Amino acid sequence: MIVVRLAFQSLHNRWLTALLTVLAIALSVMLFLGVEKVRNGAKTSFANTISGTDLIVGARAGSIQLLLYAVFRIGNATSNITMQSIENIAGREDIDWIVPLSLGDSHRGFRVLGTSKGYFEHYRYRQKQKLEFEAGGPFEDLFDAVIGADVARQLGYGLGDPIVVEHGIGAISGKDHDDLPFQVAGILRKTGTPVDRTVHVSLEAIEAIHVNWRPDARAIVPTLSADRIRRLPLQPKAVTAAMIGVKSKLDTFKVQRFINEYRVEPLSAILPGVALQELWSLIDVAETALSVVSAMVVLTAILGMITMILTTLNERRREMAILRSVGAGPRTIFGLLITEAGLLTSAGTALGAVLLYLVLWAVRGAVDARFGIYLALDPLATWEVITLLAILAAGCLAGMLPALRAYRFSLADGMTVRQ
Amino acid sequence: MPQIDAGPRPGETTDVLVLSNVVFSWDQRNGFGLSIDEFAVARGEKVLITGSSGSGKSTFLSLVSGIVHPAKGSIEIAGVETAQLRGAASDRFRANHFGIIFQMFNLLPYASICDNVLLPLDFAPDRRHRALARGTIHDEARRLLTRLGLPEEFHGRKAAQLSVGQQQRVAIARALIGNPDIVIADEPTSALDRSRQRGFLTLLFEEVLRANSTLILVSHDETLAADFDRVEPLHTIAQPV
Repeated sequence: MIVVRLAFQSLHNRWLTALLTVLAIALSVMLFLGVEKVRNGAKTSFANTISGTDLIVGARAGSIQLLLYAVFRIGNATSNITMQSIENIAGREDIDWIVPLSLGDSHRGFRVLGTSKGYFEHYRYRQKQKLEFEAGGPFEDLFDAVIGADVARQLGYGLGDPIVVEHGIGAISGKDHDDLPFQVAGILRKTGTPVDRTVHVSLEAIEAIHVNWRPDARAIVPTLSADRIRRLPLQPKAVTAAMIGVKSKLDTFKVQRFINEYRVEPLSAILPGVALQELWSLIDVAETALSVVSAMVVLTAILGMITMILTTLNERRREMAILRSVGAGPRTIFGLLITEAGLLTSAGTALGAVLLYLVLWAVRGAVDARFGIYLALDPLATWEVITLLAILAAGCLAGMLPALRAYRFSLADGMTVRQ
Repeated sequence: MPQIDAGPRPGETTDVLVLSNVVFSWDQRNGFGLSIDEFAVARGEKVLITGSSGSGKSTFLSLVSGIVHPAKGSIEIAGVETAQLRGAASDRFRANHFGIIFQMFNLLPYASICDNVLLPLDFAPDRRHRALARGTIHDEARRLLTRLGLPEEFHGRKAAQLSVGQQQRVAIARALIGNPDIVIADEPTSALDRSRQRGFLTLLFEEVLRANSTLILVSHDETLAADFDRVEPLHTIAQPV
């Protein structure tokens, strides 16, 4: 194939511009595929924020609201669930376990979660992965706290460091419970879930914090000492929400119906997986916008290639005339330029795919540790291959523009060799 | 389809090129055109066509070599009527029957000398066939180049590395490989200084003779006339329309 050989040699002759064009296409293709990979990674990681929990129960609310405060610690519950109701649900035969959650306090901007030790046992993320301790263990003492990886990193906490819990959830608050210092008993390993940003204490500890406080958040003077608090009955009367595991998945809907129709107080039970999908669909628009932007980048790179070919076209009119004189038809000239565009685009897409995997391979560990986004090193999915082929086709199609121009030149110039 | 493998026919004295009643005009370019009543070149003849720039020399050569096509009239080359040939057939015919030398920059700068010489053979099966008669096509390219004073060590170099004079000699080799019927040269000496023009023409004549080809050379320079069989001012052949 003389045309392919000539296209190769001609490109080789202009290797620097050709290389830059290939790089531009490669980077855009890498970006395009990379955005999709990160998008999928984020989506999967998000969907795996909580797993192994069959139902989340809270005061009657929309499923997204319940999910937001119970799992993502965003916003507040409208009201609580009485401990009585929790016990009623826990007493059912089809319930395997129930982990109460009590929210409402914070520590330097991080939410404080009161829960039972069962939390460390039953909370699962990313394909049923258990919480693991980087250091220490679950809370044993009333004033023990277990902190997430981000809390430890951002505040520079180590085991045994004192923690002062604030009432309310402001980052800065004058109403510190500074007479009741907790201490770090455990630090959890990074999960990429809201657990990383949570300070965990026992349900009793939450009660203890509030012994000295009235609902209007003003301290009763004089305050009780820590020792005296330890002797008080600290059984909580109400919690914010609870995670539930059923014995048999088949019973999930039965339990959900029971909770939703619960007479004593208005409650809602949600399936976390379904609610997570609903929540993700809310940010679908942003997701689409991201894809559109990266598609634009690919388009820009292809336009760049066309510009490159077009600008060289004028100085190559002589080359075209020589080829015409030795018997190359305008169609051969047309084919030469299409081939050139095709070679550039295919080199660009291939290099882009290779770069993508190199970068993925290099950063996936860091991304997982830093952002909790798990980037899979899967081979290209069918649709990704189709996308690459579409980019290739677009490149060749775009090559028609300079090719048609050269075709017209070669017809109009005839034997005249133009500079 | 007529037999187009005319090839060189030693001893034959018939006309290799006959134009009659040809009318051509460019679509664009202010409607410039040429009309040629009668013009013939015998096989083996060396014809110089003179004319100042802008007199239509390039248009005349484009017409003869089939890069553009006449609106009316007949063009017969090596016994084949070509005025009606179009597209691929016309390009193939040109590749098989013509060797073309431009004023300068005859070569693809990124291809090697050898590849430049071999270029027409990719489009001209008849010439390839003839070039193969004496070994491989590379042998033939090397033989031609060496005879034109470009020793082996040059053959692998890029065309852009040669001097203008050397490039014009490569252009002769490219025009003559596979012995085409007609060699067309468009001001091939104007890029050379006068002392080299003589040497270039001598080489060109030798090779045209050896290949049993016919030479049509156009130039504004009437001092070249000495060694040609015939000198024709363009305005006696063709009238602008």
